[in-house]
Amino acid sequence: MFDFSIITNWIHEQLISFMPTGLAVFVECVAIGICIMLMYAVLAIIMIFMERKVCAAFQCRLGPMRVGPYGTIQVFADVFKMLIKEIITINHADKFLYNLAPYIVILASIMSFSCLPINKGLEVLDFNVGIFFMLAASSIGIVGILLAGWSSNNKYSLIGAMRSGAQMISYELSIGLSILTIVVLTDTLQLSEIVERQADGWFLFKGHIPAFIAFVIYLIAGNAEVNRGPFDLPEAESELTAGYHTEYSGMHFGLFYVAEFVNLFIIAGIAATIFLGGWMPLHIPGLDGFNQAMDYIPGFVWFFAKAFFIVWLLMWFKWTFPRLRIDQILTLEWKYLVPIGLVNLLLMVIIVVFKLHF
Amino acid sequence: MTLNLIVFFILAVFICVCSVLSVTTSRILRAATYLLFVLFGTAGIYFQLNYSFLGAVQLLIYAGGITVLYVFSILLTSSQGDKAEKLKNSKMLAGLISTLAGLAICLIVMLKNKFLPSHFESGELDVRAIGHALMGAGKYQYILPFEVISILLLACIVGGILIARKR
Repeated sequence: MFDFSIITNWIHEQLISFMPTGLAVFVECVAIGICIMLMYAVLAIIMIFMERKVCAAFQCRLGPMRVGPYGTIQVFADVFKMLIKEIITINHADKFLYNLAPYIVILASIMSFSCLPINKGLEVLDFNVGIFFMLAASSIGIVGILLAGWSSNNKYSLIGAMRSGAQMISYELSIGLSILTIVVLTDTLQLSEIVERQADGWFLFKGHIPAFIAFVIYLIAGNAEVNRGPFDLPEAESELTAGYHTEYSGMHFGLFYVAEFVNLFIIAGIAATIFLGGWMPLHIPGLDGFNQAMDYIPGFVWFFAKAFFIVWLLMWFKWTFPRLRIDQILTLEWKYLVPIGLVNLLLMVIIVVFKLHF
Repeated sequence: MTLNLIVFFILAVFICVCSVLSVTTSRILRAATYLLFVLFGTAGIYFQLNYSFLGAVQLLIYAGGITVLYVFSILLTSSQGDKAEKLKNSKMLAGLISTLAGLAICLIVMLKNKFLPSHFESGELDVRAIGHALMGAGKYQYILPFEVISILLLACIVGGILIARKR
């Protein structure tokens, strides 16, 4: 596997050769921040295009076709349209909170995005509590959504925000439990370590039954966490116009929109990292020739392939299942997913204690 | 002036400004938002001290949990135009005096205290060590407080259900 830390270390050494260490670290932080935001924007554009094409495919349509070959420039045109739209201000609304809310959502999203290990040596935030920090960072987004709903001075927005808050807080529990199941198997929280431990088989295979149950729970809860798919109640158009972002226009709406899509990618990326091995190629113990051949495919290709496979899976959910009612959503979480998750955690502990995993 | 010191000053000024704003604003949801910023700043200081576990806990429990709870209860109880009444002068004076007294006590304690030399110099604290300290029953380990807090939370849940279910 190619180790990207060779390149990053080289850049670091070049920088400290002509400037003090403090300044070099500062310059690196700024550069990495710009890179992350750039990647964030590019991923959002790819995801929006993918969403349209996948949606069209499931509805036997073609999707955007007019602008550019196969409609590839459509999303750029949409972004440009959004950039030049007026940002309206709402009468009798708390303007400070109204303008702040989208940035809190995007902050939480970028913070959890920068935890994803993309390749060997290409992880930005790699604490020893990595996955725990990721959960913490993504939980801040709820505050942004609640503030957005409240400060819009609109009953639909408020109801949308309350539903969204209740739903996201509930489903965070299931996400935590299914991640905890894998943490029991790995005995580490550091994301790069988690990937390294999957060198002799991905956790989905190593942990067999409980890992698979955790994977399914994670996919359901992850879909609910980003307010999509059959769980998109907060913005159920038929009853709430557009939920918490009804009153937002222009780029402020764009930030919510982008954050939603990249959050979907983050959920998929975490699933790819902890269940499907992240950037680790497919290794089968015993088949050395096959493993070496797989190593020639670079890590980031593996990571993005797995992540986009899960994104595609989640989009498939979204466009095939009918929307649930709010009480059905909460029943599904508290009466089914959480008890199953707890029992599953216990099962995983038993399997790890008696060494029944591969 | 090292980079570490600059970052600390930025965080310190951020925390001070936000905490003053959170008590002086007259709108309750704004106060909650400024409180969120104060908690962010505190988490930032933990991260700067390389104690990423405590920083993440601060973000998850205070920023992501308690503040959401506050915002939720504010959304349920107050309406858009609500503003706090203007404080009376006597109340303002009492508040100011108690703040200054608190500041004086904190300063005295901090300046008089002889701090132990830090024996954990650099790098991150192992999560395994934190876990053993939290769940162990030996000396300097915290299983008893952990369980007591669990019982307290259980009592809170039962009480909440009891109040909510009363018809």
